[in-house]
Amino acid sequence: MIEVRNITKRYGHLTAIDRVTFRVEKGEVLAFLGPNGAGKTTTMRILTSFIPATEGTAQVAGFDCADQPDEVKKRIGYLPETPPVYQELTVSEYLAFVGKLRGLSGADLTAGMNRVVERLSLGSVRHRLIANLSRGYRQRVGLAQALIHDPPVLILDEPTVGLDPKQIIEIRELIKSLAGSHSVILSTHILPEATAVCQRVVIINGGRIVAEDTPDQLSARLRRSEKISVTLKAPPANVLERFRTVAGVEHVMTTPDPRTILIECALGRDIREEVARYAVGQDWGLLEMKPVAMTLEDVFLRLTQREDGLSKTDDTTESERY
Amino acid sequence: MPPVQAIIAKELRSYFVSPIVYVVGGVFLLTFGFLAYLYIVFTGAQAIQLMQMQGGTAQINLNDLVFRNLFASMRFVLLLILPILTMRLLAEERKLRTFEFLMTAPVRVSEIIVGKFISVYLVFIGMLLLTTLVPLTLALFSDFDWYPVLTGYLGMTLLGGFFLAVGLFASSITENQIVAAFTSFGLLLMCWLLAGLGSLLGDTPAGHVVSYLSFMEHFDHLVRGLVDTKDLVYYVSGTVLMLFLAHRVVDSSRWK
Repeated sequence: MIEVRNITKRYGHLTAIDRVTFRVEKGEVLAFLGPNGAGKTTTMRILTSFIPATEGTAQVAGFDCADQPDEVKKRIGYLPETPPVYQELTVSEYLAFVGKLRGLSGADLTAGMNRVVERLSLGSVRHRLIANLSRGYRQRVGLAQALIHDPPVLILDEPTVGLDPKQIIEIRELIKSLAGSHSVILSTHILPEATAVCQRVVIINGGRIVAEDTPDQLSARLRRSEKISVTLKAPPANVLERFRTVAGVEHVMTTPDPRTILIECALGRDIREEVARYAVGQDWGLLEMKPVAMTLEDVFLRLTQREDGLSKTDDTTESERY
Repeated sequence: MPPVQAIIAKELRSYFVSPIVYVVGGVFLLTFGFLAYLYIVFTGAQAIQLMQMQGGTAQINLNDLVFRNLFASMRFVLLLILPILTMRLLAEERKLRTFEFLMTAPVRVSEIIVGKFISVYLVFIGMLLLTTLVPLTLALFSDFDWYPVLTGYLGMTLLGGFFLAVGLFASSITENQIVAAFTSFGLLLMCWLLAGLGSLLGDTPAGHVVSYLSFMEHFDHLVRGLVDTKDLVYYVSGTVLMLFLAHRVVDSSRWK
């Protein structure tokens, strides 16, 4: 349903996303998981034909996002980061406007409006001005806007931001109920959200995809360890075995550079001092030592840490797993 | 084109929910009425003077003394007021992040531009129609030639359309409404001052070109009752050009 091949987006010298490739099958819910600024919104804007990719191709329902934007736009429901609402309209005026832009009229329009009002429990605020609604209601009006024409593809940029816990669960249930009949991409920086509603998770960081898998397999791949990279001037042949004798070291690995060695220890332990003392003691010429930044584990760690603060507001079963 | 209708209906709704139309319309009507009153009173005073000097009844030409002056003054009033009406049209969409929604809806950029232009034009024409109370009231008490009054109104309609198109273009280049308003003031004032430059250059080819580019002399012809195709072409082509530029700006914003 959605096919993205090697898309790159550059803004001048800044590369927002770099050779991103993934696909979403019909009826599948895919989470786009990554910290803020990872390139999630840029990817979504390319998929909605709002901006073109610098390189690569993106297709929705077989139509190219850059060459056939009209066909793509017809088939997509899109909720941008900020709900695109007009404050001076009432909820029903706004939904009617969106429906008409989407080519609905008469009975179709009424049916579409009634359906989204019911699904998002907007009945009580139908005739109120959007300016007077809370953040949570505005978010739901934004979602209603994306669903009114019952599109086969839904692109939701952080759909649960600003909602209270009860509303978050409602929206997640709603997204789950869309699976099967709709292809959904949702972006989030909250790990449990991705695992709660999605069949597949794409983790993006610094504009690149760092992992793509089912939520269960991703958590299996998550090693509970910390890594440091050590560069030596003159490592002996048996350097791996020798480092294993240092207290706290769990794994030692080689890297493409023969002089650099990756040392792993348990999560939360800092063995840099011991490693340094040992390397200096052996007179191997310690040139450099640094924690390895932003591997998959680190991205995961950052995402889970974010969630720690939020976990009280979240369904606990999910946050307990990590 | 149903999307255009939907956009027009939504824009009109936005105008009449916000205080903009009431404030701008109120100031416009007040200025029009007050200027009309001043010119009529001056004309009355002149008539009395003439009668005292000549004795008997004096022939006063209301077209020359009231309407021509009134329409000439309205050029400046429109220049000040219409940018306030247009400044929100596209700048607000960008500011409130609804621009992305419009651009990802299955609507053409031309439909957005045309819909927004028609909606603000309808607001302006509504304001203009209310001012016809002045000539209608005068017609009850005096005789004047309706033809130049009607061509004067045609001139205001065309001039207003051009000003609104300039304003819509100014609104397309920024997300700040104040910047949009001042950009259209600036563009319109420059266009006005071209008339001065034109007369400075005098009867030379360059002088004629520069004078043609200003909206001043085209408006004067219409106010005097001269309907020349050249003047109509000026306003219509100017309006279309500004709408086209707004279209290009909105369309190109996707490619940044």
